[in-house]
This record gives sequence, C-alpha cells and structure tokens, in this order.
Amino acid sequence: MSTVTKADPAIPAGSASPLAHRRPLGDRGFQILAAAAGLLVLVILVLIAVSITQQASSWFSTAGLKGIFSTQWNPGSNQFGAMTYVYGTVITAVLALMAVPVSVGIALLLTEVVPYRWSRPIVYVIDLLAVIPSVVWGLWGILVFAPWLQHIYTSVASGVNGIPVLDSLFGQPVSGASFFTAGIILAFMITPIVTSLSREVFATVPAIDKEGAYALGATRLEMIRGAVWPHSQGGVVGAIMLGLGRAMGETIAAALVIGSSAQVTSHLTDSGYSLPAVIANQFGEASGEFRAALIGLALFLFVITIVINLVGRGIVERSARRKRGA
Amino acid sequence: MAVATEQPAVDLREPAGWRRRKNQIATVLMVLALVLVIIPLGFVVYAVIAKGASAISWSFLTGQIPPNILPPGQGGMGPAIVGTLEITALAAVMAVPLGVLGAIYINEYGSKRPVARVIEFMADVMTGVPSIVMGLFIFTIWVLHFGYSGLAGAFALGCLMLPVVIRSSDEMLKLVPDPLREASYALGATKARVTVTVVLPAAIGGIVSGALLAVARAAGETAPLLFTILTVTSVNSNVFSGANTALSTQIFANASQVFPGAQSRGWGAALTLIAIAFILMIVARTVTARFTRYSR
Repeated sequence: MSTVTKADPAIPAGSASPLAHRRPLGDRGFQILAAAAGLLVLVILVLIAVSITQQASSWFSTAGLKGIFSTQWNPGSNQFGAMTYVYGTVITAVLALMAVPVSVGIALLLTEVVPYRWSRPIVYVIDLLAVIPSVVWGLWGILVFAPWLQHIYTSVASGVNGIPVLDSLFGQPVSGASFFTAGIILAFMITPIVTSLSREVFATVPAIDKEGAYALGATRLEMIRGAVWPHSQGGVVGAIMLGLGRAMGETIAAALVIGSSAQVTSHLTDSGYSLPAVIANQFGEASGEFRAALIGLALFLFVITIVINLVGRGIVERSARRKRGA
Repeated sequence: MAVATEQPAVDLREPAGWRRRKNQIATVLMVLALVLVIIPLGFVVYAVIAKGASAISWSFLTGQIPPNILPPGQGGMGPAIVGTLEITALAAVMAVPLGVLGAIYINEYGSKRPVARVIEFMADVMTGVPSIVMGLFIFTIWVLHFGYSGLAGAFALGCLMLPVVIRSSDEMLKLVPDPLREASYALGATKARVTVTVVLPAAIGGIVSGALLAVARAAGETAPLLFTILTVTSVNSNVFSGANTALSTQIFANASQVFPGAQSRGWGAALTLIAIAFILMIVARTVTARFTRYSR
C-alpha cells in the first residue's frame, strides 16, 4: 500500500485548479452526494448529543447537581440519583479488563508465534465470539453460567471467610447473577476487539527491530520484551481503553446477568446494576420525570464512552502513524 | 559454497537453561490464553445448539408467539423471524449505500482535506457509541413524533451499521492501486466515472463482505430495538408503521421468564438468530474468497 501523497490525477500537470469548469453536472453531483454521506456521521453524532440533552434537561433542572450525584433512585418519590449505576458500570467494566492479558496473549501468539496459515483460522474463531449476539450471551449467562458460578462463589466465600480484604470482596452470594458474573461475560465479549486492535498495533513493529533482537541472540520472549513491547505499549493502552468503552456500553448481556438490584457495595459476588442495564429494564414503564432521568443516564453513558473512545482511538492512531512515518 | 573450517567455535544452538525455559513458559501461556477463549465459546455454541435444536421445528419457525406459560414444543417465533428479517434488510438498504458513499468521499475525494480525516476518525469513534444510546436517540427524534414502527428500529440499526460499513469499505478502497485510477483518468474519464466503473468494481468483494458482517452484527442487536419497535407478539408485515417484533427482543423477554416453555422458545430463537448471523458470515467469507482482487 502506498501512502505517499501523490498529485491528484484529476488535476492536470501545470494547472493550479482541477478541471472544475469543464466537469459535467453528474460528476459534481456525485461528489456532493458522497460528501453528504460522509458528513452524515458528524451530523448523527451531534444530533445524538443535542436530542438526548434536550430530553434529559428536565431531570438536570429539577434534580440539581446534588440530586444527580446521589445514590438515591426511587421513581416512586421522584428521586433519581445516578451514582449507584455509574458505580456498577465502572466496577463491571474494570472486571471485564480481565480479558486484557488473554487478548494480548492471543494477539502476540498470532503475530509472533504461529505461521500465517494457522493464524487465519484462529482469527475466524475469535471473530465468532463477536458474531454471537449480546442477547445470546445474556441468555446463556443467566440460564447456564450463573447457576454454575453460584456454586463456585459459595465455596470461594467459605474459603476466604475471615481473611481481611478478600472476605469483603467475596461474601456469600445471593444468586449467580452479580457484578462478577457480568464482568466475566463482558470480558468474553470484549476479547475480539481488544485482540484485533492489539494485533494491529503489534503488526506495526518494524521487522528490522525484531530481526535485530534475534541477531543479538534473544529468545522469542526476550525479543517481544525488548523490541515489540516498547514499540507498542501506547497502542495496547489505546486498545484497552476501547475495550473498556465497549464493556461500559454493553447493555443486554449486563442487564440479564448483573442481578438488577441498585446498591453500592464492595461485595463483587453480590447483585448490582449498571447504567445501560437500568435503562433497558425500566424505560418501558417510565414517563415524565422518570423518563427524563433515564435519558439523562444515557447522556452520562454517551459522554463517558465518547471520551474514552476519542482518547483510545487517538492513541491507537498515533502509534499506527509512527510506523508510517518511520 | 565452501564451508570455513577454522571458524572460532560459536554456539548457535538455542539458548539453554533458564532463558530457554522462560521462553517456553511464555509460549505455553499464550496458547493457554487462546484455549481460555475457545472453551467458553464452545460452551455457548454447545448450549445454544443442544437446547435450541430440540425447540426448533417447522411449526416453530412459522408459528405464532404463544403466552409464556405454554409448555415447550408449542407455538413458535414466526412473527419475530419476519420482523428481524424485514427490519435488518431495511436497515441494510439505508446504511450500506450511505456507508459506501461515505467511504468514497473519505478515500477518493477527501484525501487532502482535513474534514475527511475528521470523518474517518469520528466514524471510528461512532462504532464505540453504545447501542442503547442509539436506540434512545431514535426514540427521541423519531418515535416520540411518529410512534413505534419497524422503520424506527431500522433507523437505529442503520445508525449502528453506518460507521462499520464506512470503515470496512474505506479499508478496501485504500487497497485499490493508484495506477488503475490514473489509467482511466488518462482515457478522459471524470472522477465519478472512474470511481463507479473502475475503483468500486475492483474493491467490490471486500466491500460486500464488510457490509455483510456489519449486517450480521446488527441482526443480533437488541438494545436499539427495545424502544423503537415495542416488541409485540403478532406478525406485522408493514415495516413502516405499527409496533413490530424481532428475534433478539423476544429472546431478551424470554430469558427472564421462569416458565420452561418460554425458556425453551428463547433457546430456539437464539439458535435461529445465530444461524442467520452465521449464514451471513459464511456468505461474507465466500464473497471475500471469490471476489477479492487486492488484499493486504
């Protein structure tokens, strides 16, 4: 692929402007059509922000800052505090980061260890994870996985009983549906994206660096630590952030396996709630102030994920550009 | 080639001892990571096939959605299958052409314009917008004014597909070699003609397969449909007005039911949904294999 900027062939050599005056109408029309389709992305993003903010504004004005940043959520008495859900979202997304070492390991395996003809089928299998719909993960999670995990949670709870920090993290479970279950399911779901982004980043390591490391007598592990890792650290951090963003926005699987009880607790095997899950479960019966508050939660979610995505994409882009510049 | 016999003795064997051991441990850990991902995937696929296959029959695929308390084996998911197919198809009809056009703008027209770089970057960012936010967005700008309909669901799915189609088509257009474009400019073709008759056909395999993968992902989405089609149980062949239904939202409703019949129908619907997505994925791979001319 050539990335050198070339002269636009539609501009004749020696001419300062394209053949604008001689271009037929259809040609210009097509360009305008294409530009409009491209701009649609920006239009949609702006419209999302505007329309959601507008619908949520009554929540902001009546609840006030104190009401919004409280942990009280009682639709009956018009109390809508978002912090319980923000807490659940952050906890489950951080737990989902258990996918990171696995994804990075697979990405290294694919780029540095196995030959090309093996890596293709492995990529297909990893992509299959992404094709399984989120609702199917949720269905399996709540009907098969959670009941099975409950036994494990119970034995872990009796095992760590009395150990200072661990027993506040893993107490007796109420059911299999919990922060931790949601974290595991989310980890499965973000594995494909973190793997493919890390793979992209590892692929940008110059071959000459790797060959140099081998020439100095490094083993593969030493080559990865000395040549691949320093080059791709930043990009992998970006990939992790994008995975975090996905985990935070994941709705249906989390709604089914998180247990749907709004509480702030250090107890990871207890049931909780997250921003997207509460929107999915309660929006149907909401109206007026209640609906405005749920749309406000969506605005929270939108802002958080957009910021994470902007930063993450920026980091990945920058590390990819460094390779092109080199 | 003559082999020098009087070289100093250099040990070219693999490093021995602890360094070698650490390298082997690292390799084993990487393989373990792969196994760790394949096992749950296997469990999910096995569970869906084992529990779904017993629920699926011809009457399941065509039958009406019954009340939840009905035992396994009765009723079906006909309306939901119709709903999923028509909503996804409508979304694809809207999003795929726009996505390809957007990619054409980024790649063919905007190569030196900052606005094209911004669009490319924001399309990436847009793929990270949570699907439920997309659903609420369509709820606020469409459903509040025009009511629930399959069309609203298709808008939401289309918004999710659009950035994916843009990015995958963009990647494919980048692979088309420049001499192809230059040759047709030399013949006096306009830019639009070059794009439509030379560049697009050259990249069509990759574009189609990328679009199919985006459609396959969208067919399984639940969250954007919850507040846009208002899941009902009867068939609604008019996709442009009136509440509709889809497989994914039916699975969501059935998953939290305690009745074995509802759960069994949920598994059947899950198998149907995965089968639809899987068929699309296979077609995409075949198209890629058959029609791709330029690849990385």
